[in-house]
Amino acid sequence: MKIHLKIWRQKDQKAKGKLESYSLNEVDAKMSFLEMLDMLNLQLAKKGERPVEFDHDCREGICGQCGVMINGIAHGPLKKTTTCQLHMRSFKNGDTIYVEPFKSKAFPIIRDLKVDRSSFDEIIAAGGYISVNTGQAPEANSIPITHEEAESAFNSAACIGCGACVATCKNASAALFTSAKITQFANLPQGKKESKQRTVNMVNRMEELDFGHCTNTEACQVECPQDISVLNIARMNYEYNKAKLTK
Amino acid sequence: MWFIKNAITRKNLMALTGLFLCFFLVIHLLGNLQLLLAPDKAQLQYNLYSDFLSNNILIKIISYVLYASILAHTIDSIYLTIKAKKASGSPYVRDRRNRASKWYARQMMLLGTIVFAFLVIHLKNFWFTYKFGILPADANGNKDLYGLVVNSFQDLWYVIFYSIAILALGFHLLHGFFSAFRSLGLYHPTYDKLVKSIGVLFALAITAGYVIIPFYIYLNL
Ligand code: HEM
Ligand code: FES
Repeated sequence: MKIHLKIWRQKDQKAKGKLESYSLNEVDAKMSFLEMLDMLNLQLAKKGERPVEFDHDCREGICGQCGVMINGIAHGPLKKTTTCQLHMRSFKNGDTIYVEPFKSKAFPIIRDLKVDRSSFDEIIAAGGYISVNTGQAPEANSIPITHEEAESAFNSAACIGCGACVATCKNASAALFTSAKITQFANLPQGKKESKQRTVNMVNRMEELDFGHCTNTEACQVECPQDISVLNIARMNYEYNKAKLTK
Repeated sequence: MWFIKNAITRKNLMALTGLFLCFFLVIHLLGNLQLLLAPDKAQLQYNLYSDFLSNNILIKIISYVLYASILAHTIDSIYLTIKAKKASGSPYVRDRRNRASKWYARQMMLLGTIVFAFLVIHLKNFWFTYKFGILPADANGNKDLYGLVVNSFQDLWYVIFYSIAILALGFHLLHGFFSAFRSLGLYHPTYDKLVKSIGVLFALAITAGYVIIPFYIYLNL
């Protein structure tokens, strides 16, 4: 099928970006969105033009690298799907597709569709871990945990840190990401010990970075490829208030 | 307040002041429903009630909390909205993000601004006139606030202006009520659902209650 593309091209962080138009003639409906971009890049390379840069790694929906805005929606029209798992069968012959990078102050554009999401890493570095001595793996049943707690922690841990929540939020809030990471640990016996300090540190780090606040519009969950629940955000607020009030 | 940098703390403040305003809306509505009584009875009773409120020390204290809440809520909302604007960076050329949320959830600032403009006019017309203006006395010697209210709502434009403002408030509450509980940390799925339903009923009840009064007066008195 024939596909028209309008892709954001921007040389580097400082440069002014703009949309460029391209057309592809033999796009296969079975191709993934990224394979379609590969096809475009092959054509550009053959013509000696600079290929379109975009992030990707696993191409199987688990690493969270590949997020772009497709027709104004993070990861494109299909819900609960990353860009790499979106296939061209979701589009029609002759469609024009707008591809833009995630835009927010905390995610500066590196080049074209590639953004710098290290602000997420900074939030994790502030407390998104459990301090334990490394060594032999402990006996698995030495710390009892209910099935419900384990499942609930796992649901939060499913966040792949792609940044679609920030890109979708009208306030560019990182509340969904940060809260998923906080809740994941708050639900586990191993994580409970450091819960207060972790919550305060991660929230404070998030506040220092260029993110907005949460207005509870719930748009983040709708566009989240992992369907991370907005109730994580309420949990973060609860944990934060608890930490502050019981200091 | 400017010294509170933290958005969660600020949202707690918004939520608490917002919920206090919700509480006030209920009390204010219950009092005003007296306007719907038979006219001769309504006049004396409503004026007596108003007189009681303006001379009660407890009500006086609550009214100061109320003014402080409105100010804190408004200043906070402006601060957070500006901060969020700065955080969102340059706009998308093609933006369909609004498929994921309700318009009134995204337009809390606009709705709040309409409510604020309304409050200024509302206070000037009734509260200011009652406190500092000259009003005739009723048969019991109380200031005739009832007469002022009835006169005001003879003007269709005034009734329409009122209804629009109340509608804006209704949508503000439709999002604001449950949002406040989330901001304060209610994360249990069952109670969250419950609060959401209560919020819808609350917004409907407040909107209907406040809109009925001007229309009733315009059409019947
Ligand atoms: C009777 C009057 C009002 C009531 C009952 C009320 C109630 C509420 C409630 C319950 C919330 C939810 C708080 C939360 O999400 O934690 C809220 C949010 C909000 N209110 Fe009001 N409000 C009123 C007036 C105003 C005014 C006058 C303004 C501003 C001019 C305003 C602006 C906002 C904004 C912008 C939000 C969203 C905050 C955010 O971004 O998350 N409100 N309101
Ligand atoms: S490339 Fe890993 S999630 Fe898409």
